[in-house]
Amino acid sequence: MATEAVKKPKKQMRPAIESGCPDGMQYLHPVMLRNFGQWVDHQHPRPGVLCHVAASGEKIWTVRAGTQRILDVYTLRKLCDIGDEFGDGHVRFTIRSNIEYMIDAESKVEPLIGALTDAGFIVGGTQNSVAMISHTQGWLHCDIPGTDASGIVKSMMDELIHEFTNAEMPNRVHITTSCCQINCGGQGDIAINIQHTKPPKINHDLVANVCERPSVVARCPVAAIRPAMVNGKPSLEVDEKKCICCGACYPPCPPMQINDPEHSKLAVWVGGNHSNARSKPSFQKLVAAGIPNNPPRWPEATAVVKKILAAYKEDAKDWERINDWIDRIGWPRFFEITDLPFTKFHIDNWRGSRKSLNSSSHIRF
Amino acid sequence: MNESDDQKGNNPAGSPPQQSNHDTPMLDHLESGPWPSFISGIKRLRDDHPSDRVNGMANDLLGQLEHSYQTKKGYWKGGTVSVYGYGGGIIPRFSEVGDMFPKSREFHTLRVQPPAGNHYSTDMLRNLADSWEKHGSGLVTFHGQTGNIMFIGATTDNTQHFFDEINEYGFDLGGAGPCVRTAMSCVGSARCEMSCTNEHKVHRSLVNNFTDDVHRPALPYKFKFKISGCPNDCMNSIERADFAVIGTWRDDMKVDQQAFKDYVGRKGRQHTIDNIITRCPTNALSLKDDDSVEVDNRNCVRCMHCLNVVPSAFSPGDDKGISILIGGKRTLKIGDMFGTVIVPFMRLDNEEDYERLVEIAEETIDFFAENALEHERTGEMIERIGLVNFLEGIGVEVDPNMISHPRESSYVRMDEWDDEAAKWFERRANGDAQVSGGAV
Repeated sequence: MATEAVKKPKKQMRPAIESGCPDGMQYLHPVMLRNFGQWVDHQHPRPGVLCHVAASGEKIWTVRAGTQRILDVYTLRKLCDIGDEFGDGHVRFTIRSNIEYMIDAESKVEPLIGALTDAGFIVGGTQNSVAMISHTQGWLHCDIPGTDASGIVKSMMDELIHEFTNAEMPNRVHITTSCCQINCGGQGDIAINIQHTKPPKINHDLVANVCERPSVVARCPVAAIRPAMVNGKPSLEVDEKKCICCGACYPPCPPMQINDPEHSKLAVWVGGNHSNARSKPSFQKLVAAGIPNNPPRWPEATAVVKKILAAYKEDAKDWERINDWIDRIGWPRFFEITDLPFTKFHIDNWRGSRKSLNSSSHIRF
Repeated sequence: MNESDDQKGNNPAGSPPQQSNHDTPMLDHLESGPWPSFISGIKRLRDDHPSDRVNGMANDLLGQLEHSYQTKKGYWKGGTVSVYGYGGGIIPRFSEVGDMFPKSREFHTLRVQPPAGNHYSTDMLRNLADSWEKHGSGLVTFHGQTGNIMFIGATTDNTQHFFDEINEYGFDLGGAGPCVRTAMSCVGSARCEMSCTNEHKVHRSLVNNFTDDVHRPALPYKFKFKISGCPNDCMNSIERADFAVIGTWRDDMKVDQQAFKDYVGRKGRQHTIDNIITRCPTNALSLKDDDSVEVDNRNCVRCMHCLNVVPSAFSPGDDKGISILIGGKRTLKIGDMFGTVIVPFMRLDNEEDYERLVEIAEETIDFFAENALEHERTGEMIERIGLVNFLEGIGVEVDPNMISHPRESSYVRMDEWDDEAAKWFERRANGDAQVSGGAV
């Protein structure tokens, strides 16, 4: 018996086919394939529905629906069933994890919307709506998360559902959430991100075994980390006066625990805009911080977001994105009408920050 | 790493004891309200799925997630897992509380490249669902912020089995770690009248030229391609990609005057002035007395605003191509950066043009590989060495479209001014200079 164990056959490994990115053309709706590159116009018949018109006169209708993003296979198959019964079997996903069904007749639009709605999916997210919040994995899967973006998004979308299913905003609103300052959720008109407020707590017993110390030292944006012997073991120490609590040391060195159940807070940023329309693309700016990281429904964060959205909806002109709106009305007015406190932390002190100061007598009274 | 954990999540032969569900009082709060609930989805797998492997994994996953909600901390750690022959593409996750939640102890994510444009047939989605149900947790996201299909939750062994199965029908892993990452492109020509290029082809020409660099992480840090068919940049490429491709056009935009007049008739002159004419960032539009519009095309910066407001009246010109911007990234380590213009315009008419595009990407990645510091993105490298050194490294000449304004600081040494000035005039004489939108 023992010899049999030794003779255990070597597993034959299958070499990978390095095919890379698959061709999307094979999945296109025939109307889209026929009119590829020949589209001339689009209409927005109702929120959640787009109608694109080709030079040939052919039209394609798109019905967009929000999902929970983290799909179980039952939900995925339900979406497929709806696509087969009420659509034409061709779908795509937007960058914000909405599903889109493409269909070739207007008569299919309402039945498809009905089927999606009956199954609990939310049709909307087009044009000047509040789009689905883009986010990442959080506590469900990430190795460094300070919060659970999925839970925040679910809680917030429950509250913002009217703005998703209607198109009543001055322009589209892209909201993002991120569970650390790496900001995987991306730039947003409004971004809700973790902001740590205390330096990492170091488990010195583990550092030498787990961390490549020089690369952790190099990772720190403010050179606050240096090698040190602690309790007779090689470890790292943090100059807590210099530390900006960014958490950059935590991914390469998990014993430098940055997540703090009490002191890791949420911050809200506004004015990130990827589009070149009107003004050049812009990054988001800090407007609120110190918001409790409060599962399971994070009501304080939602309240801040709703306050900003209400002010924007009320005060912005048509087609102004949040950054365009604030450029027009100025930051003092923004803080005034949103009733958010302006603090010394809003004044940037990172490299290049002088360009963010007002070097003029342009002042609104 | 942590190979010893491999088998712990599996039950020994024989029927496993009936699992008892973890209490999830906090997660239960995420099942109310109108938006679809991811918690309800995971519970469906726990309660309805016939496979003990799947329902047990869902139960323990919920248990660990509830534990995170209670303690406000995450409990996953990374490691090293890949498939045979590759070095990346998988995000390894080992539970730090695996003794409490053994069936989701190994919960790796496979990053799989979606078809360009994120198009699927329902048949193909069902194939993917079937394969994933066989080997994984049954949880999947279309798509993660990296642009990948995220198949969330597989044991180390099953990552290989799942990959082998989907790889046979045309899917491949994406990038993870310091490598060329999965690319993203917008719906573009497939369904959008703003599209100025074949995003599909640009996407696949670029990223599929670097499959080795995708699968075997060996760069200083990540390198991302994102492709948007017009300056609306729906893929956020200028803000998020090391190599951003933006469709644009060089000749006059097209105006359907009758459609414009119809719009003015419908909406009124004041609305038109407030929402279109005065919103043009370079004052290139003028409303005429007969309700037609005059466009100063020489000063149009292709911002897209008027096209977005009245797509029936305004559309891109015929001389279409792309701009390339390099160096976009988020905060870590030195701060946020936009990509900046490296190629103001190039046409993509034939295979030679696409080869030139790929060549620019190759030069960029080669230079990045040789010159960036560890964990330094392309934009940070350019910030450190200066744009001109980068341009010389990849063999691209300077162009005033690359800057917002010329230098303000006088602290610079300019001995070779005369030579450089002569070079500029020579390039202009040869028609090589990109000034006024000359092609690469």
